Amino acid sequence: MIHVLAAAATAVRAAGEQQMPSVLAVPVDELVVGIIAFLVVFGVLGKLALPGIKKTLAERTESIEGGLAAADVAQAEAQQLLDEYKAALASAREEAAAIRTQAQADRAAIIEEARSEARTAAAAVTAAAEAQLAADRSQATSALTRQVGEIAVDLASKVVGQSLTDDARVRATVDAFIADLEGQAAR
Amino acid sequence: MSADVVLASGGLACHLMSGCGFPAPGAEIFQFNALFTFTIGSLTFNVTKITVLTAIAVVLICGFFLYAFRKPKLVPRGAQNVGELGYLFIRDGIAREAIGEEGDKFVPFLFAFFFLIWLLNFWSIVPFAQIPVTSIFAIPVAFALIVYVTWVPLGIYKQGFGGFFKNMMFPPGVPKAMYILLAPIELISNILVRPFTHSVRLFANMFAGHLLIASFSVAAFYLISASVVGLLGAVASFAVAVALTGFEVLIQALQAYIFTLLAAVYISGALSAEH
Repeated sequence: MIHVLAAAATAVRAAGEQQMPSVLAVPVDELVVGIIAFLVVFGVLGKLALPGIKKTLAERTESIEGGLAAADVAQAEAQQLLDEYKAALASAREEAAAIRTQAQADRAAIIEEARSEARTAAAAVTAAAEAQLAADRSQATSALTRQVGEIAVDLASKVVGQSLTDDARVRATVDAFIADLEGQAAR
Repeated sequence: MSADVVLASGGLACHLMSGCGFPAPGAEIFQFNALFTFTIGSLTFNVTKITVLTAIAVVLICGFFLYAFRKPKLVPRGAQNVGELGYLFIRDGIAREAIGEEGDKFVPFLFAFFFLIWLLNFWSIVPFAQIPVTSIFAIPVAFALIVYVTWVPLGIYKQGFGGFFKNMMFPPGVPKAMYILLAPIELISNILVRPFTHSVRLFANMFAGHLLIASFSVAAFYLISASVVGLLGAVASFAVAVALTGFEVLIQALQAYIFTLLAAVYISGALSAEH
């Protein structure tokens, strides 16, 4: 079987070699096939497929460039907003500082006012106390004077009521009176 | 014999110990039988696996980018993100880089080249496709031809017929006597050699890559046999084929990029005098 096949192959090869064209031959029909193949691909893609993608790529470039421009505008806007915000912040700080200064001045004034009020009140209290004291003292003095008179009368009547010979008793009565007087004064 | 015939003919029954020589893959793996043919005028078209893979690639690229860019949004979602990545790569990485501000007009032209060539290269590692369409010489030749008939008339239109050739053949800053040597070299290198190198660079890279992967894959299969050396060799060959496949992924994108970048450089030279 194998030998038959090999013999057949050899026979076919021998038959083929006689009419075998060179590999460098250029048959016109193959040449035309190659040219047509290129022209079809070139025609179809050049007319139908590539113009669309060319346009799309151009549009994409444009939109990217447009996007960049828009981003620039947005950045400028953001910068402006930042500047405005910073300015507003600075003025707010200034205002706060002014308010603080004002508050400090106000506080000093309020303290001063309160202090003078307190001083006035203290003076009034002192004056009232002094007046009270003076009144108490005059009252005490008058009461004391009256009592001294009464006591003197009392003492005199007691002295008169007693024997005048008994000097020691008189002296003792006077001493007791004075002691009594002193005890009242101390009270 | 063509690639389809190799697969179908029983060549795969050939192993190390079966009295069979190593069936090294050759030019035949780049030949495909016509699935059907049709004729337009005097030209007969052989519709092969190459034609079918090219058509599928065209449909996939058009389909994907039409879907990705169907309703482009300012904020991209899903497929639009991927599509934009590709668009910006072509616009910023190739058009503006090589041509400058004027490059934006050429973005669709370069875009179509890059993605078409990349996908045609990519078939190399797609199961069942497994052939880089650009390893069929006519395909890179067709592409280089389109670039050639774009930049030459563009240069003549922009710089005038005399100016175009004068700027090309007599670059400034060279001693006058040198022009005797330089002028013919510049003319030949730009007008004759340039389209040839432009197409061969792409073709040869993909051709060689595919041949390498095919060789190691065939070797891995051929070496499977009842011997230690054969099995070790099979495993090693398979590993190399896998590694080369990974490497090809890089080469596929790189060659698509180089072809497109060179197209942009040629256009840039046509728009204004180089140097």
